[in-house]
Amino acid sequence: MRFPDVLRFARDAATGYPLRTSLSVLAMAIGVAAVVVLTALGDGARRYVVNQFSSLGTNLVIVIPGRSATGGFNPANAVTKTPRDLTTDDAASLTRLSSVQRVAPLLVGTSEISYGGRLRELVVAGTSSTYFDIRNFQIAQGKVLPDEDWNRAIPVAVIGEKIRDEIFGSQPAVGQFVRLGDRRVRVIGVLKPTGQGLGMNTDEVVFVPIALAQAMFNSNTLFRILVEARGRSHIDDAKLAVADQLKARHAGEEDVTVITQDAVLATFDKLLRALTAAVAGIAAISLAVAGILVMNVMLVAVTQRTAEIGLLKALGAQGRTIRHAFLAEAAMLSFFGALAGYLLGQLGAFALRQSFPVFPAYPPDWAVVAALVTALSTGLLFGIMPARRAAQMDPVQALMKH
Amino acid sequence: MALIELAGVERVFQLGDSTVHALSRLDLSITAGEYVAIMGPSGSGKSTLLNLLGLLDRPDAGVYRLEERDVTMLSPDEQAAVRSRRIGFVFQSFHLVPRLTAAENIALPMMLAGIPAAERTTRVRQALKDFGLDQRADHRPDQLSGGQRQRVAIARATIMQPAVLLADEPTGNLDRATGDDVIHLLEALNASGVTLIIVTHDPKLGSRARRQLMMEDGLLKQDMVQV
Repeated sequence: MRFPDVLRFARDAATGYPLRTSLSVLAMAIGVAAVVVLTALGDGARRYVVNQFSSLGTNLVIVIPGRSATGGFNPANAVTKTPRDLTTDDAASLTRLSSVQRVAPLLVGTSEISYGGRLRELVVAGTSSTYFDIRNFQIAQGKVLPDEDWNRAIPVAVIGEKIRDEIFGSQPAVGQFVRLGDRRVRVIGVLKPTGQGLGMNTDEVVFVPIALAQAMFNSNTLFRILVEARGRSHIDDAKLAVADQLKARHAGEEDVTVITQDAVLATFDKLLRALTAAVAGIAAISLAVAGILVMNVMLVAVTQRTAEIGLLKALGAQGRTIRHAFLAEAAMLSFFGALAGYLLGQLGAFALRQSFPVFPAYPPDWAVVAALVTALSTGLLFGIMPARRAAQMDPVQALMKH
Repeated sequence: MALIELAGVERVFQLGDSTVHALSRLDLSITAGEYVAIMGPSGSGKSTLLNLLGLLDRPDAGVYRLEERDVTMLSPDEQAAVRSRRIGFVFQSFHLVPRLTAAENIALPMMLAGIPAAERTTRVRQALKDFGLDQRADHRPDQLSGGQRQRVAIARATIMQPAVLLADEPTGNLDRATGDDVIHLLEALNASGVTLIIVTHDPKLGSRARRQLMMEDGLLKQDMVQV
C-alpha cells in the first residue's frame, strides 16, 4: 500500500469512530498541555527571580562584614573576637583596585521623617553618589547625592517615590527641609519608582550621605559595600582583589564575606531550572497515561474491526500493510492530540501572562519539544502492540467474527 | 490445463481433546474457466475447502498447486500476494467496509496492492459502469440495498482480474429475485473466462453449476459433471 493511501485509510478509520477518537486525542492533549503550562510556570518563576536579581545592578560584587562560618565549633572559635568593623576607609580603598569600576558604601537604619506635622518611620540608607549609578536608579525630580568626600556629612537627602507621596502629597518636595531623626536635611531629589529590590522597597527609603548616616546612627561600621566590577569578565578578579585588599587592611584576618551577584543568581537559576524539570517530569506522567490510553483505544479498534482485518487479508493485504495502517492511526491520534495540547498549553500560558503581567510564564523550548516528542513516541510505542496483534490475526478466524 | 490441483489434502482441527478431520485425503482438479458448486450439509468441510482454495488456510498434509505452482507451504505474506492477484472472494455477508463508499470499497484491493490512484479511478469507473452502479459510486454500504451491496462486493472481487472467483453462499443474505440477479452476474463473469467456485447448501443454486461437488464428513462424496 502506498504511503498516502495508508494515511488516508488511517484517517478514515479514526474519523469513523468520532467519540473514541476525540477522547483519546483529548487525553493526549491534556498531557501535553500540562507539560507546557507547568513548565511555563516553573520557567516563569525562574525568569522572575533572575529579573529581580538583575535589577540589583550588573557586575555586582557585595562585601558583607563577618565571615560565614566554616568548620564546626572548636575551642579556638570561642575566644576569637568579633569581626573588625567594615569602614568607609575600607570602601574608599577598594576604588583604587584596577578591576573595580565603582564602589558604594552602604549603611542602613530606621528613623523617622517629619514635615509639616506629618511623621512616619522609614529606612534610612547612608551611601554615596556612586550607589545610584551601580543600581541604575533613575531620578524623577532634582538630583542624586553630591559627589563629595565620603567623610563630609552634608545634610541633604534623596527620597523614594512613596515617601514623597505620603509626606509632601501634591506639594513640591525638592528644596524643602525635613526633619530626619534629630537632623534637619534638605530634600534634593526624588527617585523614580523602582519597586521591590530584594527585601528593600526603594520607594520607601531615604538616601543620605554616608557620613550623615553614620553620625545619625552613631556607628562607624558599614552594612555592605557594593562594588561594581569593570566588566563581566572582571567579576572574579574583582572578587579576589577585594577580598585580598580587605584582608590586608584587617591585619591579615579574613573577616568579611565577598559574594558575587552572579554566584547567587546562578544558584537560583540552577535551583529553579531543576524545579521546572521536576515539574515537567511529573507532567510527563500524564503523557505516559495518555499513551496507554491510545494503546487501549487501538486494542479496542483492533477487536472492533476484526472482520475488517480479515477482509483486508482476504483481499491480499500483507501483515506489514495492516501493521502500518494501525500504526498510522495511533500516530495520528497522538499527533493531533499533541498538536491540540500544544495550542491549549500555549493558550494557558498566555492566560497566565495576562492575569499576572509581572510573571513571564513562557514555556521553555526544550519542554515544548520534549512534550511533543514524548507524546508522539509514546503514542507510536503503545500503538505497536495493537498493530502487531492486528497483523498476526488469522484471516479465517477474523472473517468469521461479525 | 488444471488451474487448481489438490492431491491428498488433509485438514485437521483440534477441538478440545477430539480431533476433527475437516478434510481427509482430498484429491481434486479444476480446470480454468470451470463453473463449480461445492455442496453439502454444514460441517461437511466445504468452507474449509474454500478457505484452503483461497489460501486463507493451509493444509496439514497434501499438495495444493495453483496455476501449476506449488502454493502449499507459502508464508502468510506470499499467500497474501497470491490472493491479491489471482483470487477474488465473494462473501455471504458482503463484508464491505462500512465507512468507505461503494467506489472506495471497489478500489480497496488495488489500494492494498499499491496501484497508483489515477489507474484506480479509471478502473473503478469502468467497474461501476459494468456492474450498473454508476449512480451509487459515492454511497456508503448502509445506503445500498442488499443486491447492490453484493454487486459492489463482486466488483471488488474482480477488480484485480483474478483467475478464480470464490463465492461463499453469495445469495444467502438476499431474497430470491436479487439472489438470481447476483447469480446471473457471477455466471456472466464465468462466461467471460473466470473460474467460478460457489459454496452453497441450496441444491437449486448448486444445480445451475456445470460441475457439482458433494461433500460429506470431509470427504468428496460425489463429483458430478452436467453435460
